[in-house]
Amino acid sequence: MANRVYQRIYTKLEAITKATVSVRATGASNDELAIVAGRLAQVVRTKGDIVTMQVFSGTEGIPTDAEVVFMGEPPMIKVGDQLSGRFFNAYGKPIDGGPEPEGEPREIGGPSVNPYKRRKPSQLIPTGIAGIDLNNTIVSGQKIPFFADPDQPYNQVIADVAMRADVDKIILGGMGLSNDDYLFFRKSFESAGALDKIICFVNTTEDPTVERLLIPDTALTAAEYFAVDKNEKVLVLLTDMTLYCDALSIVSNRMDQIPSKDSMPGSLYSDLAKIYEKAVQLPSGGSITIIAVTTLNDGDITHAIPDNTGYITEGQLFLRADSDSGKVIIDPFRSLSRLKQNVQGKKTREDHSQIMNAGVRLYADAQNAKTKLENGFDLSDYDHRCLAYAKEYATKLLAIDVNISIDEMLDTAWTLFAKYFSKAETGIKQALIDKYWKEN
Amino acid sequence: MKTTGKVIGIVSNLVTVQVDGPVSENEICYIDLDGTALMSEVIKVSGDKASVQVYESTRGLKNGAKVEFEGRMLEITLGPGLLSSVYDGLQNNLATMDGVFLRRGEYTQPLDGAKLWDFTPLASVGDKVIAADWLGEVKEAWLVHKIMVPFSFKGEFTVKSIVPEGQYTIAQTIAVLTDEEGQDVEVSMTQRWPVKRAIRNYREKPRPDKVMETGVRCIDTLNPIAEGGTGFIPGPFGCGKTVLQHAIARQADADVIVMAACGERANEVVEIFTEFPELIDPHTGRFLMERTTIVCNTSNMPVAAREASVYTAMTICEYYRSMGLKCLLLADSTSRWAQALREMSNRMEELPGADAFPVDLSSIISGFYARAGKVVLNNGSTGAITFIGTVSPAGGNLKEPVTESTKKAARCFYALEQARADQKRYPAVSPMDSYSKYLEYPEIQGWLEENVEKGWVDKVSTFKRMIRQGKEASDQINILGDDGVPVSYHETFWKAELLDFTFLQQDGFDAIDALCPWERQRYMLDLVLDICSRSFEFEDYEKCRNWFKEIINLIRQMNYLPFKGEEFEKFHGQLEIILEQNGK
Repeated sequence: MANRVYQRIYTKLEAITKATVSVRATGASNDELAIVAGRLAQVVRTKGDIVTMQVFSGTEGIPTDAEVVFMGEPPMIKVGDQLSGRFFNAYGKPIDGGPEPEGEPREIGGPSVNPYKRRKPSQLIPTGIAGIDLNNTIVSGQKIPFFADPDQPYNQVIADVAMRADVDKIILGGMGLSNDDYLFFRKSFESAGALDKIICFVNTTEDPTVERLLIPDTALTAAEYFAVDKNEKVLVLLTDMTLYCDALSIVSNRMDQIPSKDSMPGSLYSDLAKIYEKAVQLPSGGSITIIAVTTLNDGDITHAIPDNTGYITEGQLFLRADSDSGKVIIDPFRSLSRLKQNVQGKKTREDHSQIMNAGVRLYADAQNAKTKLENGFDLSDYDHRCLAYAKEYATKLLAIDVNISIDEMLDTAWTLFAKYFSKAETGIKQALIDKYWKEN
Repeated sequence: MKTTGKVIGIVSNLVTVQVDGPVSENEICYIDLDGTALMSEVIKVSGDKASVQVYESTRGLKNGAKVEFEGRMLEITLGPGLLSSVYDGLQNNLATMDGVFLRRGEYTQPLDGAKLWDFTPLASVGDKVIAADWLGEVKEAWLVHKIMVPFSFKGEFTVKSIVPEGQYTIAQTIAVLTDEEGQDVEVSMTQRWPVKRAIRNYREKPRPDKVMETGVRCIDTLNPIAEGGTGFIPGPFGCGKTVLQHAIARQADADVIVMAACGERANEVVEIFTEFPELIDPHTGRFLMERTTIVCNTSNMPVAAREASVYTAMTICEYYRSMGLKCLLLADSTSRWAQALREMSNRMEELPGADAFPVDLSSIISGFYARAGKVVLNNGSTGAITFIGTVSPAGGNLKEPVTESTKKAARCFYALEQARADQKRYPAVSPMDSYSKYLEYPEIQGWLEENVEKGWVDKVSTFKRMIRQGKEASDQINILGDDGVPVSYHETFWKAELLDFTFLQQDGFDAIDALCPWERQRYMLDLVLDICSRSFEFEDYEKCRNWFKEIINLIRQMNYLPFKGEEFEKFHGQLEIILEQNGK
């Protein structure tokens, strides 16, 4: 931090908690940054001349006579083309050994886009994964999380999605990433040769928890620079938002706020919405798409974090281990992309939405057959065909290791239908059957 | 002289101000942040300290900042030009704002001051008038927009002068009124009104006695909502709350629709902006946008203004109701409004009620629902506000404070069911749990018998009974297995499935099926109930299932076709033949 001509310095702390310190001071502004005993802090409350700050790296070892220096400005990040290909910590400082990037300083967590100036999201983002492209198509300007139990390979999946997506910039916001996962992202981006379009802001499990709170806003401020100023298509990856929420609850708890459901702060919905609503399709052609990860506790989506997330985001993608195929699949029942109808059949082949519906419906019939089997009832011929279809459908289309074009996905589905079912059993419109049915 | 003050405490958007004079609850003040005025509202006063909620981000605000109090509550401007507009929660016109981002402290005019309106006087010189009486009218798109004596005027006035027919802007004086003391007051085409106060310039508020058509079968037939009635739609995410509300907005038989997008997704509002200017109102043949006002305070916009947005929307409805019009207010979602209340209550360190919501949540919600209703105006005409709100219960659990409080206030309950949504049975309105209290009103029953069909109410009960019996049969089948129950159980179950697939389910994205007018609902209900009242013979349960699947398919095809058209009758003919072959 550069020294300034005029800095207000205080040396007597009035109170210290695990996450905050209070000092008697005048002239502090809301959200302003300060340095407390050499650590970065932010003003969160003023009451008379008592100023309370949250210390991002924790307050361990801070003495009551610590030096407090107010910076006179909110958290900033320098934005510019030099960000490309670089790795930063939560404060925007390089962690890849490179020099500090030059650029224009911008406040993080800035204003929202006027809803009237938005455009309807309508550009397809293909990922090669049929569980997404075929059943839950993602559109630029959308915000969608993966809901996954901690044992699912969600970070690998979003890395795959990022590399295959046809976008100008990929910005990773890593919160509470294990060091192994951080290195995994770094290695996959480097080996894909995609480094020039990638920017990472990372808080690992080795860094202080509260620092995570800066990550989404920092990543999205950088994203806004490329989307708004440069008219680029930007994809933002945020993982893991559950760990971000944990940090929120810690701070609110230390500030004596009354918790609401699941000991989360009452403002959780607004806090998350401020982040996710940065996803936008701009009239100039630039866009921000957010793909996030929300880890679940044993698939429980009624917990406050996934619940509030689901009300904000435009759908969710569920990862599940499938016992039939032995693969991790994108669950077709619980996953949903709310914007898929903006592109299906419009930017993709005409049979897309009918194929999607028929495929999932027949897969549901297989689940019913499975229940019958488990309950000891006899299976009909149709039930047996459904079960065989389900296994192949999961392997060839739902599994996350699939990487084919959307036309290939549709053709694969037609082949499976013809292999296991009669034309009438698929319930697809006659005109499409006439055109695409694959005779064995 | 205005009361002033200075900031002495800040937590997020709750600011404490030391004041030098009188302030009132809910008074508006502006906080000066280096030349930018931040609009705020007083929510608590204690000694010479006022707690105010700021409608903007407070980043950079310092203790000591100057505050000026306005001596008025949060007001909006009412006048011609409200329709087709898109406002934020404080009635700033979002379309006329500069730049892509919302700038703090940027306030825009709600109405176009330059536009000329064709004014026709209705009152004459010498007429005695009171507040809300009609002085004249203008044409707002195709709607007749009354220019009224401002609602805030107290006592009787005499019209001293009124302008002749001609073109005027909203700011021009169109009449001069003399009050009881002989003072003259000038009246223009606009007036201002504090949003948190109900407009009560009407003679009486009778019980609703007519059903509002929405074109959605599971609402109109099963649990109709009255014109001037209240209803709410709770449901977990992904169950189709917003889709159902948009369907109602497109099709409802109302003159004016106000949509309050309260703390929801911005892309959903974009969908309305993009589609409504092109969609046609089925009742008038005009563009939907011409009868629609959007008040949007999406989830990322400041929380305090979110609370204001529902009041702003309600006040606009009350204004149009005073012209003798039928208004429909849709709020999505009232839970976000309640959460805004919770955030503020939390920052003020009030003792919390259930789930940390403020303890007066229930009375705030019922007070708001009470502003809807049908009214008889002073001149004898009638107007109505029908209000339908959505509720987003945490975790989909209906035993939470917002749902419970709303249940006490609203008369119709449209429960969206996760299980139905999972099976793609849309609209996912539960036929078992939902209810409409209006169905018990003798006035509404009378209206239905007279305007829809004799014996209608009994038919609706029969329908609901069959759905219940089908559920019971399905439970038995699931326990005992397909072979473990008599075939008649399967028949009962499949009859309920028939009613579900052909009548309850409706394809909101199909141009024809999306809108089902009364005439068609009546015809289809008679058709399906007639089938279900017969008894059939089947050798085994598989035959029973296949037979019902076939007729379900035929009736669904009918739903997708123009009513009583050639194709429609073709499928109907096929249906009759199959019924002939098996049925007594």
